[in-house]
Amino acid sequence: MEVAVTKFSFTKATDANDAVLKASSLTNAAFIAGGTNLVDLMKENVARPGALVDINQLPLHTITETEEGGLMIGALVTNAATAYNPLVEKHYPLLSKAILAGASPQLRNMATAGGNLLQRTRCYYFYDTATACNKRNPGSGCPAINGFNRMHAILGASEACIAVHPSDMCIALAALNARIHVLGTGGTRTIGFNGFHRLPAETPEAENNLQPGELITAIELPAEDFSSHYQYIKVRDRSSYAFALVSVAVALQMDGNIIKEARLALGGVAHKPWRNPVVEEHLRNQQISAPLLQDAAEMMLAGARGYGHNNFKIELAKRVIIRAINEAAGIL
Amino acid sequence: MSQHTIGNSNYNSQQLYDADETIPVGFTVNGTHHTLQLTAATTLLDALREYMHLTGTKKGCDHGQCGACTVLLNGKRVNACLILAVTKDGADITTIEGIATADMLHPLQAAFIEHDAFQCGYCTPGQICSALGMLQEGRANTAEEIRELMSGNLCRCGAYTNIVDAILQYKNGGGRD
Repeated sequence: MEVAVTKFSFTKATDANDAVLKASSLTNAAFIAGGTNLVDLMKENVARPGALVDINQLPLHTITETEEGGLMIGALVTNAATAYNPLVEKHYPLLSKAILAGASPQLRNMATAGGNLLQRTRCYYFYDTATACNKRNPGSGCPAINGFNRMHAILGASEACIAVHPSDMCIALAALNARIHVLGTGGTRTIGFNGFHRLPAETPEAENNLQPGELITAIELPAEDFSSHYQYIKVRDRSSYAFALVSVAVALQMDGNIIKEARLALGGVAHKPWRNPVVEEHLRNQQISAPLLQDAAEMMLAGARGYGHNNFKIELAKRVIIRAINEAAGIL
Repeated sequence: MSQHTIGNSNYNSQQLYDADETIPVGFTVNGTHHTLQLTAATTLLDALREYMHLTGTKKGCDHGQCGACTVLLNGKRVNACLILAVTKDGADITTIEGIATADMLHPLQAAFIEHDAFQCGYCTPGQICSALGMLQEGRANTAEEIRELMSGNLCRCGAYTNIVDAILQYKNGGGRD
């Protein structure tokens, strides 16, 4: 018995450079780590890699403190090991909370930090090879725009694609200004979190700005203290083990009732974690108040558009933003 | 955390295996070592059921959504249906067949019986392996936390309340009267 998939060759990488070399030289190669998303997509015939490069044995399994006082999370650290790491729990509890809002305990024991960034959308049409999908089959059309789109995007979508990024972890990483360390044939580089994922525009098949063969080696959390005032609220159709309809990550630095620093990221609403620096600037050095938060919520959803079944997300997102900021600030 | 090593010494790490080629892979399952030849497309679930003939681990959804295939891999609960077996060479695996000792049920199995924590029983091996993994993790101290941390295991018969009761009894050291 085998996974009923397109035939693929298989090889193990001996080190990170070997992984990049193999992924760059083999036709249509994919890295495999936890496999929680890739193996599923291969069973569905949505992902059809020509070769798998196994990276599980690479030494990317540790979380270490950086010289600057931040954390470096190896790409192969599991979601569970990240969420329950004492340093993450102490200094970045927003990240722990977001991770634990996602998937199931079994999946969190398998899924890796690097893989979480690369997971594909849960759009039903993307998963259904009997239908068109610009992401799966560029140029074929988007049935979601005029179809069933309860889970779909309200911000940053295009005429080609209204899919959303499904991650919880990435919403916290976006709010925390994480940096992605990657290795390619040309060496290493670092990508700011906001520059990692892409909006769909005319090329929804391209979900991130990695070059072919590039390997995520680590996720770096900068040394910033958001451990006292944070919240992650995830609204979903059942109370556990479901993808977000709307999620909100908030990280604040407070001085009494004054917001000194604000980070706000939305999940379940766009093709990437959604941030808006203008809104964060609007909140900065302001005394927290109902009108201020209402303004922030309205600004955050500026330009939002529903596609029929998901119109409710616009008002829902505003209300969750206000609640999350109040709870993060300690005002209930 | 230690660097992972490739467990099977006859594994050629440089080799590129074609889709139809089999790859040597070794596991310790319930204390017994197994050496197998598997294609890369074989899941750990199929390796257990079809090649090691350990059919206690169930195939439910085969997509990581139901938890029927839950086993303990190096002590951690995982969905065996989403793991390519060749990526876990050298792993130590515990399945439902390795939970009891000889003719003596594991106390969690006994608690499931006492609390009527199943009807058809199809999800039960996964529920029990998942519960044991959860209790090892040490994060489930209340019924509410058990419900949240058992959310990766579905029961279509709806025995959830009894499953929570059985786990709570076992966790609190309660046995049968």
